Amino acid sequence: MSDKEPLFSAKNRKLLKNPLGSDNPITVQVLGICSALAVTAKLEPAIVMSLSVMAVLALANVIISLIRNTIPSRIRIIVQLVIVAALVIVVDQILKAFAYEVSKQLSVFVGLIITNCIIMGRLEAFALGNKPWPAFLDGIGNAAGYGLILIIIAFFRELLGSGTLYGFKIIPQAFYDMGYQNNGLMILPPMALITVGIIIWVQRSRNKSLIES
Amino acid sequence: MNTQSNTYTFLYASILVVLVAAVLSFTALQLKPRQAKNKEIEKKQDILKAVNVASTPENAEELYNQYIVKAIIVNSDGGITSEDKNATFDVDLKIENSKKNVAERKLPIFTFNKEGLGEKLIIPIRGRGMWGPIWGYISMEPDGKTIYGATFGNKGETPGLGAEISKAEFQKPFTGKQIFDESGKFTSLKLVKGTAQGHPHQFDAVSGGTVTSKGLEAMLQDNLSSYEKFLKSSK
Repeated sequence: MSDKEPLFSAKNRKLLKNPLGSDNPITVQVLGICSALAVTAKLEPAIVMSLSVMAVLALANVIISLIRNTIPSRIRIIVQLVIVAALVIVVDQILKAFAYEVSKQLSVFVGLIITNCIIMGRLEAFALGNKPWPAFLDGIGNAAGYGLILIIIAFFRELLGSGTLYGFKIIPQAFYDMGYQNNGLMILPPMALITVGIIIWVQRSRNKSLIES
Repeated sequence: MNTQSNTYTFLYASILVVLVAAVLSFTALQLKPRQAKNKEIEKKQDILKAVNVASTPENAEELYNQYIVKAIIVNSDGGITSEDKNATFDVDLKIENSKKNVAERKLPIFTFNKEGLGEKLIIPIRGRGMWGPIWGYISMEPDGKTIYGATFGNKGETPGLGAEISKAEFQKPFTGKQIFDESGKFTSLKLVKGTAQGHPHQFDAVSGGTVTSKGLEAMLQDNLSSYEKFLKSSK
């Protein structure tokens, strides 16, 4: 790789774009499903979770990429874990200090970012073999792909399950007066899984190259 | 440099761990005051919730200062040991409840007063649920017998089962219950399954949350019993 490569060359743009669609961590690689089910009952926690994962993944990718040539290969997984765990604790502390209500809702799931397969996956697959800038873009891209799906799921779950979006009432009271009811099932995790399934279905029927033979 | 040797690996791991620990300690120390403030505001909101005063994190402080007119610490004999509002607020029930000798426990009581509602006594309680601590605030009419409102919190009870104690539907029926019977004997509230409606000394268990409900029953009994003498004298 030459030093003169532009910051947003075609290759680097791909790092950002692919995870949003054809290489999406949730719908194509099917990673990080557990947190996608847990935090998507409302838009707000889903957005905060996406941003937290983005911060952790981008920073971890850059740090690991910076020290990639010094890491003894026998303990590389442990080194990655230590870096990710430290970043997650920092994010958790910052949320507790500046977004207390949200941190209560996310509770244990912030800590569980450590176990989010997307993060360890990107560190192993990308950051260990690439320079910091592409690694940063890869982190942002994958976290954005993760966040995109989370927000889509949360959008439908909050709208149909609570009749609100980001806490604001969307479905007018008149509908309720006429007998409309929120679908309580949407708030429960199983409907998140079904929503993920529908998104995967839609994506694969539009992009045939994703279908395994 | 040989990055695969044992010495290098050990050195690398040690330095990394020390560095990370330093970064984490620094962050924790920097953010601690803000986090403590958040906890304090949450506690004030909980206290207000026990008297059905809704608050937001922004106005909790103001409402608390306005409506909580007095906060005292009493002992199990009913004697007042402190009338300092801040000292009462800072009493840690976890420590107090771990004292074997009830006479040594500091028992905080908050007095709420709002025009039109009159005076209420708010008692903090703390106990054990199924997976971790549960806590709450019970507000009493000034007669010291009748419950005016209740709020319960939990750290990690099962959502949909034990964690239902934190929902308004569970807390509402506590209003009007009596913790003393007609002859003035302390009865606390007894756990029953589905038949407590209208009964002054009973509350309904959460279905599927039996352990949590039992924990709640024990929490009421343990915490309120030490206030018995004080409440009796407050008629």
